[in-house]
Amino acid sequence: MSRPFLEVKDLTVRFETDDGIVQAVTESNFSLEAGKTLGIVGESGSGKSVTSLAILGLHRTRSNAKVSGEIWLDDQELVTATNDDVRALRGGKMAMIFQDPLSAMHPYFTVGAQIVEAYRVHHPGVNKKVARERAIDMLARVGIPQPARRFNDYAHQFSGGMRQRAMIAMALVNDPKLLIADEPTTALDVTVQAQILDLIRDLQEEFGSAVIMITHDLGVVAELADDVVVMYGGKIIERGPAVDLFQRPQHPYTWGLLGSMPRLDRDVRDRLTPVKGSPPSLINLPSGCAFHPRCPYAGRNGDRSFTETPVLGGGVHAVACHLPAEERTRLFQEEVAPNL
Amino acid sequence: MSENLLEVTGLQKHFPITKGLFKRQVGAVRAVDGIDLNVQAGETLGLVGESGCGKSTAGRLFTRILEPTGGKIVFEGEDISRKSVTQMRPLRRDVQMIFQDPYSSLNPRHTVGSIISAPLQIQNIPTPQGLKKAVQELLELVGLNPEHYNRYPHEFSGGQRQRIGIARALALRPKLIVADEPVSALDVSIQAQVVNLLEDLQSEFDLTYVFIAHDLSVVRHISDRVAVMYLGKVMEIAHRDDLYKNPRHPYTVALMSAVPVPDPVRRDRGQRNRVLLTGDVPSPINPPSGCRFRTRCWKAQDICATEEPPLVTRLDDPDSHLTACHFPVVDDEAVAGRTPAETPA
Repeated sequence: MSRPFLEVKDLTVRFETDDGIVQAVTESNFSLEAGKTLGIVGESGSGKSVTSLAILGLHRTRSNAKVSGEIWLDDQELVTATNDDVRALRGGKMAMIFQDPLSAMHPYFTVGAQIVEAYRVHHPGVNKKVARERAIDMLARVGIPQPARRFNDYAHQFSGGMRQRAMIAMALVNDPKLLIADEPTTALDVTVQAQILDLIRDLQEEFGSAVIMITHDLGVVAELADDVVVMYGGKIIERGPAVDLFQRPQHPYTWGLLGSMPRLDRDVRDRLTPVKGSPPSLINLPSGCAFHPRCPYAGRNGDRSFTETPVLGGGVHAVACHLPAEERTRLFQEEVAPNL
Repeated sequence: MSENLLEVTGLQKHFPITKGLFKRQVGAVRAVDGIDLNVQAGETLGLVGESGCGKSTAGRLFTRILEPTGGKIVFEGEDISRKSVTQMRPLRRDVQMIFQDPYSSLNPRHTVGSIISAPLQIQNIPTPQGLKKAVQELLELVGLNPEHYNRYPHEFSGGQRQRIGIARALALRPKLIVADEPVSALDVSIQAQVVNLLEDLQSEFDLTYVFIAHDLSVVRHISDRVAVMYLGKVMEIAHRDDLYKNPRHPYTVALMSAVPVPDPVRRDRGQRNRVLLTGDVPSPINPPSGCRFRTRCWKAQDICATEEPPLVTRLDDPDSHLTACHFPVVDDEAVAGRTPAETPA
C-alpha cells in the first residue's frame, strides 16, 4: 500500500439546522505524510475546524451532522468505522490541541488527573502510580517547571501559556501519530506563542508525528507548515507546498489574505489591500465560485464565475479558480506582488 | 503638528486588593505605574505590550473612564486628572473611545440608530436636518448602508459592528480617539478594511489616535510613534521607523523577534533567530525591583535589580531614543534577530 499516512478524500460535512443546511465542508481532498506538518488557513466559518473535528470523528454524536467521503488514517478508514474503533484511536493514535485550554479542560479535576485518565484509557493495564509518573514526565517535557507540584493544580491555576503546555502534554501522553492543533496560539501573547510553536516543532521532531496546524494567521503557518491548504466557504481553494504557496500564490483570495497583513519583514506600505466585503454564509453560499462576490477579477472570462463552481486542479500546487493559469501568473506579478 | 494634545506625567493606576469583612486593603495591582508620554495633535501613537502590561488601563485613564491613582493628565492645556464626572462631560465631545469587542460594546436591545445618536442627544448637539439624517451620514461615512438605521447589532457581522462602534465614536467629531484593540477580534481580511477606514477618517477629520494593540505589525502600519509597555511602565518610545529599525530595549527586541513572519523561505534558511523569552510576565501586584524586565532579560546585571532605569535618550548613541534600560541593545545585536526588509519574491 502506498496510501499516504493521512488521506482525506471528498470529505463533505453538512449540518441540518432550522435555518437551512450548513455546507460546512464540501469535497475536501488532501493528504499528509508522517512527520510532516500541514497548515490549514482560512477565516472564521471557512470550514477549517469542522475538517479537523471530522477527522477525529467528533461529529458522530451530533444527530444533525452528516459526514461523507473517506478519511484514511494509516490504512484505516474512519468515516465508516464503528464508534468503538474511532474511540480507540481518538486520544491514542490521533489527538487534538484546542484553542482555549481553559474551556477544553475540566475545571473540577486537577490537570494531572486528566492526563492520567487520558493515559489509562488507552493503557488499561497500567496502574495509577505508573500513569502518574508518565503524566509528570510529560508535564516536564513540555517545559512546565516543578511538574510534580503542578500535577495537583487545577486548570485555572495555570497561566495561559502554561495551560496550553499542559494541554499539549495531555495530547501527547499516548504518543499520537497524528496531532491536530486548532488555533493553539491564538489566545496567547506573541512571546508565548513563539515558545509554544517551538515546543510543537521540537516535540514533532522527537515523536515523528504528523501535525495539522489550523490557524487564521499566515505567519504561524509559515513558521511550521510543509504544506498549506487555504479554505474559503467550506472548500479548499488552494493547496501546495508552503514555500511555493507563499512565493507564488495562485488564488485571488490568497492574494487578498497576504495583502491584508502588514508585515514586519517588509517596508511599511501606504495602504493595505484587503479583500472587499465579508465572508459568505455557509447556509446560503454564492452561486458558482463562492468567492466571486469579493473577487476583483470575477467575470473576466464570461459568466463562468457566477454559474460554475471551479474545481481544484491537480498537481503539487493546485488551485480552484476560473482564471487561466497564465493570466493568474501575470496578474500576480504585475498587479498583486508590487503591493504586498 | 508639534503641539501636544495630550500630556501625561507620572500617571498611575493601582487597583486595590481587599480582604475580609472590612475590606481591608492588603495590596494593589499596579496596572499603570508611572508613565510619561505625550500625544501630538494629528498623530497616531501606538501602544503595544503583552496582555497585562497596562496598555488598556492606560487608554481608559486617558479618556478618564478610570480615575488615576496618581499623576497628571493634561488635555489641550487643561488638567483633567481630577475632574468629576459632570466636569468631564463637556470634554467627552473631544475624547472618544473605540472598544475591542464589537459584541459586548454595543447594547443588543438598542437599534443602531439609537446607539449612534446617543452621544448627540446626551451632548445636546443640534442636528439641523434631524437626528436620523445625522446618523445616516455617519453610517455612510464608515461604509455601512444608511438604510440599516433601524437594525439591531446582532444583524451585523463582527466587522460591521466595529464600524458601528467607530461611527458612534465619530458622532461628536472628537479630537482624540483612543482605540483599544479595535481590530484584534476581526478576521484578517476585515482587519485590513477597518485599518484602512481608520486611516481615511484620520485624514478627513484631522483625528488624533491612541492605538492600543498587541499586534506589532498592525501597530507599525498605522502609527507615527510607538510606545512599548511592560508591567505598567513605558520601556521605549520612539518614532515608528526608529523603533522598528533600531530597537534599543531588550524587551522590544524580544517582542519583535517573536512575531511570526509569513515567509517559509526565511524559516528554511534558518534566519529566524528568535530571542526567546522564558517564563511569563511577573505579577503586577508585586513587580520586580529595579528594572521590571530584569527577571526575563538576558542582559540583566546587578544594577538592574537595585536601580530603576529612567526613560532617557542616550547621548553616546546617534540612533538612540527614549529607552528605559541600563544596557540598551546596540545595532549589530539587534539585527541578529531580524533581517532587513526583503524585496518581494
